[in-house]
Amino acid sequence: MGSTKSPLLLVFDGRGIYCPVGDFYIDPWRKVERAVVTHAHSDHARPGMGHYWVCQDNVPLMQHRLGGKIGITGVPYGQTFFLNGVKLSFHPAGHIPGSAQVRVEYKGEVWVAAGDYKVEADGLTPAFEPVKCHTFITESTFGLPIYRWKPQAMIAEQLNSWWAQNQADGRTTVLAGYSLGKIQRLLQLLDPDIGPIYTHGTVAATNRVMEDNGWKLKATIPVSQVKDKEDLRRGIVLCSPAALGSAWMRKLEPLEAGMASGWNALRGIRRRAGMDKGFILSDHADWPSLLTAIAATEAERVFVTHGSTEILARFLNEQGLEAYPAKTEFEGESMNQKADEETIELDPAEATHTNLGQPNKLGDQLATEDQSQSQTTALV
Amino acid sequence: MKQFAQLVDELDATSKTNAKVAAVVRYFASVPDEDKLWCIALLTGKRPKRTINTTLMRLWAAELGMVEPWLFETCYHTVGDLAETIAILLPPPTAPEPIGLSQVMMTLIILDKADEDTKKATLVGLWQRTEPDERFVLNKLITGGFRIGVSEKLVVKALGQYLGKDADLLTHRLMGKWEPTKTTFDRLLLDENAADALSRPYPFMLAYPLEQSVDTLGPITDWQAEWKWDGIRCQIIVRQGQLFVWSRGEELLTDKFPEFLGLKDSLPDGTVIDGELLGFQDGKPLPFQVLQTRIMRKNVSAKHQKECPIRILAYDVLEQEGRDLRDQPLKVRRQILESLLDQARVDAVMDLSPVVAFESWEMLSSLRDQSRDYVAEGFMLKRHDSQYETGRKKGSWHKWKVDPYTIDAVMLYAQAGHGRRANLFTDFTFAVWDGDLLVPFAKAYSGLTDKELVEVDAFVKKNTKEKFGPVRSVNPELVFELAFEGINKSTRHKCGVAVRFPRIVRWRRDKLPTQADTLDMLKLLASQTSEPAIADNQLG
Repeated sequence: MGSTKSPLLLVFDGRGIYCPVGDFYIDPWRKVERAVVTHAHSDHARPGMGHYWVCQDNVPLMQHRLGGKIGITGVPYGQTFFLNGVKLSFHPAGHIPGSAQVRVEYKGEVWVAAGDYKVEADGLTPAFEPVKCHTFITESTFGLPIYRWKPQAMIAEQLNSWWAQNQADGRTTVLAGYSLGKIQRLLQLLDPDIGPIYTHGTVAATNRVMEDNGWKLKATIPVSQVKDKEDLRRGIVLCSPAALGSAWMRKLEPLEAGMASGWNALRGIRRRAGMDKGFILSDHADWPSLLTAIAATEAERVFVTHGSTEILARFLNEQGLEAYPAKTEFEGESMNQKADEETIELDPAEATHTNLGQPNKLGDQLATEDQSQSQTTALV
Repeated sequence: MKQFAQLVDELDATSKTNAKVAAVVRYFASVPDEDKLWCIALLTGKRPKRTINTTLMRLWAAELGMVEPWLFETCYHTVGDLAETIAILLPPPTAPEPIGLSQVMMTLIILDKADEDTKKATLVGLWQRTEPDERFVLNKLITGGFRIGVSEKLVVKALGQYLGKDADLLTHRLMGKWEPTKTTFDRLLLDENAADALSRPYPFMLAYPLEQSVDTLGPITDWQAEWKWDGIRCQIIVRQGQLFVWSRGEELLTDKFPEFLGLKDSLPDGTVIDGELLGFQDGKPLPFQVLQTRIMRKNVSAKHQKECPIRILAYDVLEQEGRDLRDQPLKVRRQILESLLDQARVDAVMDLSPVVAFESWEMLSSLRDQSRDYVAEGFMLKRHDSQYETGRKKGSWHKWKVDPYTIDAVMLYAQAGHGRRANLFTDFTFAVWDGDLLVPFAKAYSGLTDKELVEVDAFVKKNTKEKFGPVRSVNPELVFELAFEGINKSTRHKCGVAVRFPRIVRWRRDKLPTQADTLDMLKLLASQTSEPAIADNQLG
């Protein structure tokens, strides 16, 4: 099965992961007609697509990020749907709430584009589910053996004892993480018996969307509603990394600031970030889980995107798999956490000003913008 | 080890001196004396010699971590630090067990004479019983190059707080040659012990750069001006018929300079002189590189002695007939120094560093412009009434260096840094024009702000032309102004010149690469300096 002679079901062109038979894209970064999107982070869910297909749980998050006017279809996990005769379904990726792997099947050949994923269950989003396939498209953000996560229970312990210590020292605790996904996961790990949990505006807005759509989150208070500074020093304030070091944050002094990210595994990064504490917590798979997840798909061929593409591909080749690095625009040496967050914190208002309903113009634009980039990446 | 790893982490996590001092005090209070002693030794740069080489460490770590060598190297380039790479690449400990710092150090020292199998078994055993944070410190202790971001002054301050003792006294106790294996915490810091004191140098007095305008220093009659020589600051100690030559880095240099041996007879017992050690020929200093070449040699041959004759230019006297003179004013010490050198027969290897006579600050200022003709870096300005203090004290001594050379150069290569700069392209190679070719001539690491570094890092990632292992060649687009202290012709460098202490002054966003300087310009500067070219045979 999965003969390399058959034309490729999915290819990487200048706009995204393209399915020529079904004429749709997965996680396109240029404007296209049909976009199947794995999750609502802004490097995967870009504005301006003709229509979006996402997993059902992701619909409110997409609308929150990209505006309520986008054309969008939600499909529950595991349920199949067809685009131009190609069979698709979404399966839990465990990355952030609403995240999904995309299973694509045509004439018996099965490909899975995993998007971003993590293997440890976080209790917020259905746990990653290995999907058997012939060809697997994996991410590799943390695709080096130096990345090995500790169980999140251990990180919870670190977080809570840090908070308790700051409280004892009379300092406000400020904890930063991506406002979609990471923050809600951190919230899960915090012990509300220690003190009140506050939120920065961006975080509060995302939390509200999730609560309105059935996610059960621990009680939080918008920091703007705090009257007594003493309460603040007992509490923990959740914010996005972009808020670190801002004028907003300085008003919370005296404080201790921490951030949770997988990049904190590296000492140089922890030190450069200039915060008091760097917790190692990621919503991406670490090295051992990448290998387990890839093996569990039983795929014969693997395309590696986003991160250590060449390294993981070479490693898999040495393990006897047919593996190739693939270039995508969600690839990056994106260790500059603040810069990442800024791209993710796209202003939803701005995102709605797209050329929806003007397909011709959109088409023209594509034709002129993408001529240089439209060659298909040579795969074999 | 857990406590020491935590200390390293705490020291790393804060830039506030008081928080660092508090962390060291907490550490002292929580561990036995033998661990305290090792901690002091390690934090003040006293590291036992390496007993396991890094090639073997890599090999064993790759094996234990079950990764191929290429993957190990890839990880290393990402992490930017070998000790850290190994610490986090290895699987979690199979048999975690506490182990004290002193025990770790003794275990490592004993390995010196062990065979490879024993070394491997020992190290792997240590890795398997320690968590990544402990492993990191452990590996650092083996590989060396441990920069924890604490000064000796800070350690002494913490020690002073912990013991309730005067910091200057403790600084003096920690000077010179002592080894944690051969002394105890009590003996080093608390007992009066003459045997230890014999070779012990005094803490060097240092100067801050002169930042204000020179004429704000007040009447010129309050000040002594001396040339600031570019050599090795050192202390020459003669006590009980023995000679000790200490560098400012507290390295014992006595054996490297057999020429000085006679000083133990020609200088009276109980003498300590502060001076500059220089390569010296035909009545003037040699460029620093010549001296450096000689120091780097393990054994000093007659050839080296001939190629780099040496001399000490004496600045100050700290001890006479066994009496500590440091609380005497400079004026008095200078008189003692002059009469001492007048009477002693030391001419062959030692001379007074001359005091420069001047009648006004303007006059001194114009003399300073000629510093390079004297092979000096500028002036030292010292108050006549200054005591010889411990370390750097504001107000009484200033270094007033000549303005550096500057040149506009194009960035050609970039490499990721280490430590705080790991994963960030911060180490750059710069080039100037030779016709229509860009010729690399200097590497520089420092001078940009953190914000600029991030910007340049992004540029490098977007403009990479080729990757050579960790090094990338980039599109030659960015222009930087570089400063350097000296320039010499060199047959060892492809471009034909070698610059000393190159660093980035500013990013010239206003300049195009075509507006950068030329190699001819560098060569002209090099030929203007009166120093001899450094030939290959000298650099060996």
